Amino acid sequence: MERKEWPLWEVFIRSRNGLDHKHCGSVHAPDARLALQVARDVYTRRMEGVSIWVVKASDIVASDPDAKPELFDPAEDKIYRHPTFYQLPDEVNHM
Amino acid sequence: MYTQSLSIPDGDPKGPRKVENPEYEAEFNARIDAGGFIEAKDWMPEKYRKTLIRQISQHAHSEIVGMLPEGNWITRAPSLKRKAILLAKVQDEGGHGLYLYAAAETLGVSRDELTEGLLSGKAKYSSIFNYPTLTWADIGVIGWLVDGAAIMNQIPLCKCSYGPYARAMIRVCKEESFHQRQGYDLLLQMMKGTPEQREMVQDAVDRWWFPSIMMFGPHDSDSVHTETTRWGIKRISNDDLRQKFVDATVKQAEVLGVSLPDPDLKWNEARGHYDFGTIDWEEFWDVVGGHGQCNVDRLAARNKAWDDGAWVREAAMAHAEKQAARALAA
Ligand SMILES: [Fe+2]
Ligand SMILES: [Fe+2]
Repeated sequence: MERKEWPLWEVFIRSRNGLDHKHCGSVHAPDARLALQVARDVYTRRMEGVSIWVVKASDIVASDPDAKPELFDPAEDKIYRHPTFYQLPDEVNHM
Repeated sequence: MYTQSLSIPDGDPKGPRKVENPEYEAEFNARIDAGGFIEAKDWMPEKYRKTLIRQISQHAHSEIVGMLPEGNWITRAPSLKRKAILLAKVQDEGGHGLYLYAAAETLGVSRDELTEGLLSGKAKYSSIFNYPTLTWADIGVIGWLVDGAAIMNQIPLCKCSYGPYARAMIRVCKEESFHQRQGYDLLLQMMKGTPEQREMVQDAVDRWWFPSIMMFGPHDSDSVHTETTRWGIKRISNDDLRQKFVDATVKQAEVLGVSLPDPDLKWNEARGHYDFGTIDWEEFWDVVGGHGQCNVDRLAARNKAWDDGAWVREAAMAHAEKQAARALAA
């Protein structure tokens, strides 16, 4: 049985206006137009979305999980980037 | 973002990610112990990956094959309302299969390999779908008992340690409640009907009860789950889930006005649970082994659907390639 599967597309859905598109899964489809249609059938059967993005999975560039320390650890000791780092007098601390 | 390979920088001090590595394994175990999630590109023991591929794909196949017994009644639904409901339910099951295939593919197996596993009979699916749907009441009983048992099984999986599987299961579980309720609602309506309709419901319950409680799998004493438990894939044991299901169902049967076909079913004050009779495991293993009433039909139907659809898949791909070439030339 010779098989040639359709390319994989990642699906992102905006659940309502005012919110970001969020990744929700993937579908196989021969082209972008059908990927949108399949994504609609698979991921929005109950009004879960008002807008869909599909992106060919092979076009997505992801960070390497092994690079987590060098990418994300530097932010760990920069507590002065958070408002709670600053102790202000009670009268003005709601600032 | 899940199935394409990620290039690993040369000279990675820990070596290639796929290789068993005690340092990676310690990190992996620590994350699971802390209740954290494993994501697609994280390092994982090969056995964890293989176990998940097997479990998720079996689950996906069950959703897909599960469309067949109910699909059998779509054209014969007794009203337009029931037909629309059944269509929506069966379409959901197809959707569940697709969510789950996508989750399995994040582990580095292709959709074609998964499909091949099902079509060749190499991969298993839930035995419950090898029983026939003889009357319209079966459609109600499947929703009530079979989807009900599936829900019990699936809720703990929403917290499974593998992120893509857990997220797929959250989506599935949100939709399952409708499945169980529409089935029960259908039966309630039949129970208000003629004596023949009530008999039809009781007959369906009699046939589906034991197969439904077999869905939880062999007794804990006969099944090996140490690793899946250790890895946060299986969170509640087969027997505990089965007991929970029996306890929840007795009251529902009472309200419906049917009896469950088990003379040993009775409340045990000391245990705080219902006791129930012996399960015929020989029947269970027989059906698993391919000798159920519908095993052959189910596989034949899936193979036919796949073969009949081949020209459509090829034509759609050829069209897409032609359009892409044209766009490039323009
Ligand atoms: Fe389902
Ligand atoms: Fe269901």
